[in-house]
Amino acid sequence: MVATGPDGRQAAKIVVENLNLFYGNLQALRDVYLRVPSRAITALIGPSGCGKTTFLRTLNRLNDLIDGVRISGKVLLDGQDIYDAATDVTSLRRRVGMVFQKPNPFPMSIYDNVAYGPRIHGLRQRRLLDEIVEKSLRRAALWEEVKDRLRGPAVGLSGGQQQRLCIARLLAVQPEVILMDEPSSALDPVSTLRIEELIRELKEEYTIVIVTHNMQQAARVSDVTAFFLNGEIIEYDATEVVFTRPRDPRTEAYITGRFG
Amino acid sequence: MSHYWRRRLLNYLLLGLCVACTAVAVFPLLSILFYVAVRGFQALSPEFFTQMPRPVGEPGGGMANAVAGTFIMVGLAALLGLPVGIMAGIYLAEYGRGRLADVIRFMTDVFTGVPSVVIGVFIYTVVVTRMGSFSALAGGLALSLIIIPLVTRTTEELLRMVPYTLREASLALGATKARTIVSVVLRSAAGGVVTGVMLAIARAAGETAPLLFTALSSRHWSLALREPMASLPVYIYTYAISPFRDWQVQAWGAALVLLLTVLGLNLVARAVTRSRYRY
Repeated sequence: MVATGPDGRQAAKIVVENLNLFYGNLQALRDVYLRVPSRAITALIGPSGCGKTTFLRTLNRLNDLIDGVRISGKVLLDGQDIYDAATDVTSLRRRVGMVFQKPNPFPMSIYDNVAYGPRIHGLRQRRLLDEIVEKSLRRAALWEEVKDRLRGPAVGLSGGQQQRLCIARLLAVQPEVILMDEPSSALDPVSTLRIEELIRELKEEYTIVIVTHNMQQAARVSDVTAFFLNGEIIEYDATEVVFTRPRDPRTEAYITGRFG
Repeated sequence: MSHYWRRRLLNYLLLGLCVACTAVAVFPLLSILFYVAVRGFQALSPEFFTQMPRPVGEPGGGMANAVAGTFIMVGLAALLGLPVGIMAGIYLAEYGRGRLADVIRFMTDVFTGVPSVVIGVFIYTVVVTRMGSFSALAGGLALSLIIIPLVTRTTEELLRMVPYTLREASLALGATKARTIVSVVLRSAAGGVVTGVMLAIARAAGETAPLLFTALSSRHWSLALREPMASLPVYIYTYAISPFRDWQVQAWGAALVLLLTVLGLNLVARAVTRSRYRY
């Protein structure tokens, strides 16, 4: 694991340099520089359409799947450029996992959902799979609720449970970084709090990048915050600083609710 | 107030029209079912499935060879047609982009609408004349050409209905695209695909024209794929237009068996579709 830097700041897990992204002729990201600290929560905030989700999806190369996307610049994961031709995208995505806006469990049993990742990566032994499934579900704070119905359908769970299942499914492949795209925007307030609690626990072991529309959520859970506007990062600092003493007037206007 | 009544009147008028049209559409269907059931039931007996056809004038006998022939040729058609149809559907839904895919899609639609007699004549020219004889193989091949476009299009449409977010979830876990298609997309759409497959097979089982030109028919018990083979639709055709009363009765029996087979396939399809994990 990356150690703490000499200046006392946590070392960066991901370093983004001069990143530009185009959808056809439309530029969605402009000269993005960002340092994502290891084992901390980085929040990306900004109004709709400002590029924060697009940016998040560059970190596991999920934008590769969209036609007409061009990307320039560097995204270094532990110093390795993930856009390098030598990068194996499947092993990258295994290291950098993602939780989506809408819970998207597979139409299989709860067990098979969690076991999906380990299975596609070649694990067949039943005993090991059982262990991973239990551990992942416990880690995602879902085990107690589902342990008696592991063979039941995942789509029968509530929205909040489904989202925690998706997190468990992700933890089962032992990622290093977890990307979260508004993970609680489709959930009720109680489920949202549970997810936030979980996110805070997960940062002990994982590097987390979370996109959120909910300013209170960013303030509650994150360590550092980046404010996006029109595809650019306007401000990037410790969350406390961004929310109490923003340097840029546009950041202040946004977090005080004057636009967006 | 008069405006209000006009609207109500129009409402009832159109409702009545819809009900009437539905009745017109359903009536022939139900009469066919009823008629075939009543007339066919008289001809059915265990011998129908175990005995061979007898010469004119000799009472009794069955269509064991035609029942077996239909199963063999439809099975052959499924064996040849389903992999092609399903794979083509996967290609169109998951990989097909641009002009080539559009052309294939369009041709498949056209293919679905080609009269089955044309398919029969085509196989006759390409296979039967070259092999020098009518054969079960040619029959199965002709039926597979009925199945392929139907299965291709239903597979494509059903795969497209699987939410894109499921594909992303799988890819984001480090799965390859091929793995995602097999383990998530196909699996999610399995119930629907099976239904489509069953319907296509049912459709092929009832085709007469393509078999007349390819497998022809046979009065004997034959399981050889390189020889002519009997089938229920062709027997229905020859027996129904024959002047003999016995044969006509047996044609009704064959029609009922065919109808029940199709019904059975549909029921199986429905049962399979009722999966617990469905979206």
